[in-house]
Amino acid sequence: MNGFVHTRVHDFIKPKLGGRSLSDDDDIFALGYVNSLFAVQLVRFIQREFDFELTSEDMDFDNFRTVDRIVRLIDSKTGARTTPEGRL
Amino acid sequence: MISQLTDEQRRRWKEYREFADRVIAPAADAIDAHQEIPRELIRELGEAGWLSAMLPRRWGGSAVDALDYGMMAEELGRTCSNVRNFVAVQDMVSDAVSMWGTAEHKRRWLPDIATGRRIAAFLLTEPGTGSDAQSVRTEAKDCGPEIVVNGTKKWISFGQCADVFLAFVQYQGQHTAILMERDRPGVSVTPLNDMLGLRGSMLAEITFEDCRVPADSVLGHPGSGLAFVASNSLNIGRYSTAWGCVGLAQACLDASSKHACEREQYGKPLADHQLVQQMLADMLTRCRAARLLCWQAGQAHEREDEDSHYETLTAKYFGSTVAAHIASQAVQVHGARGMAAGAAVGRFFRDAKAMEIIEGTSQVIQQLLGRWSAVAGHPSSLDATG
Repeated sequence: MNGFVHTRVHDFIKPKLGGRSLSDDDDIFALGYVNSLFAVQLVRFIQREFDFELTSEDMDFDNFRTVDRIVRLIDSKTGARTTPEGRL
Repeated sequence: MISQLTDEQRRRWKEYREFADRVIAPAADAIDAHQEIPRELIRELGEAGWLSAMLPRRWGGSAVDALDYGMMAEELGRTCSNVRNFVAVQDMVSDAVSMWGTAEHKRRWLPDIATGRRIAAFLLTEPGTGSDAQSVRTEAKDCGPEIVVNGTKKWISFGQCADVFLAFVQYQGQHTAILMERDRPGVSVTPLNDMLGLRGSMLAEITFEDCRVPADSVLGHPGSGLAFVASNSLNIGRYSTAWGCVGLAQACLDASSKHACEREQYGKPLADHQLVQQMLADMLTRCRAARLLCWQAGQAHEREDEDSHYETLTAKYFGSTVAAHIASQAVQVHGARGMAAGAAVGRFFRDAKAMEIIEGTSQVIQQLLGRWSAVAGHPSSLDATG
């Protein structure tokens, strides 16, 4: 797993949970601390931060449930080559 | 606000106003009285490019940006909230199809919705499910090559006349969007007339009893119904409603100013009485403030800010609250005339109340904004959009 991607994703989500802890395999939405608007925020963050467009095929809600799954999605789209600058 | 408009934007906005005054305004009272929008008017909206306006031209849209869309929504709201609501609902569905639909979904529905040949409806709420949109109970189950739908949707705008439904159901245990034609066995539609406001929005209760639809009717992925499909569509609905509220408020201000200049009491126009001046000043200030929040929401959308949905919520919350207040003041300025049958400000008053309920009640939005307030940035922050 790309460490940089993991850190950026984790750092994006953590403040939205009001200071609560977050494990990489926690279902973010099932925790009950984020609302349906968060999914849209997450998508926009991913596309902007890692500079690629998600397709309708990618928009399977299961891809966004946990930090692990989000990082896997990003790695699959960027070839796991994302650098600290967020670019290939 | 005026300084933010380019000359081209100002020119287009004038065109939108002229179209609304010429085509929509003359029909508004009848739409409210007869509780329906004439199909001829819907076709005229389609021909003029007012339906699915933000979609690409290849799908029948006009490719307008969020700011132009807002201007259009304001002019619709100024002239007829029912028509504004109609356009918003078509856009909520067509946007969902364009984002999440298959090539066949798009080919089959987008051109017809954009021209007004077919009418769409957004089926989220149920008798037992309103603000708690996650808890829809309408169920869809696999049955060979088909999906069988059972359940009831209620308070559905244009459910009386819609040809296609974007329905949110529990499918494979997950919140899912499906696209389904009205003209299928097992679909029954019950009109809900005589609403307090938005009387021309042709609400209906729609019941599905073992209604069979093709298996490829799912829009997007199972489980994406609320988080992605509905969330995006509701954002369009809220954005349109926010601008529509500005239009409604402007209509109230225009009517009140005119009446106050023409009506005399105690030997002088109402407009020369200080307490009336106070009301007019209040209406003007709030209307302008609401417009600025809508403009900000539009700019946030264009920048694809991650918090743009919250900017839209802010605009909708303030705009709907302001519209209800201003409409009440407009009736007050008009006195007994404001309460008479057929009074335009009376229609504005009733429609304004609906704005505090549709597309998310003020209370739900207050909850969302209350939580966001802890992280919403200040304008001085580099990351902030405010």
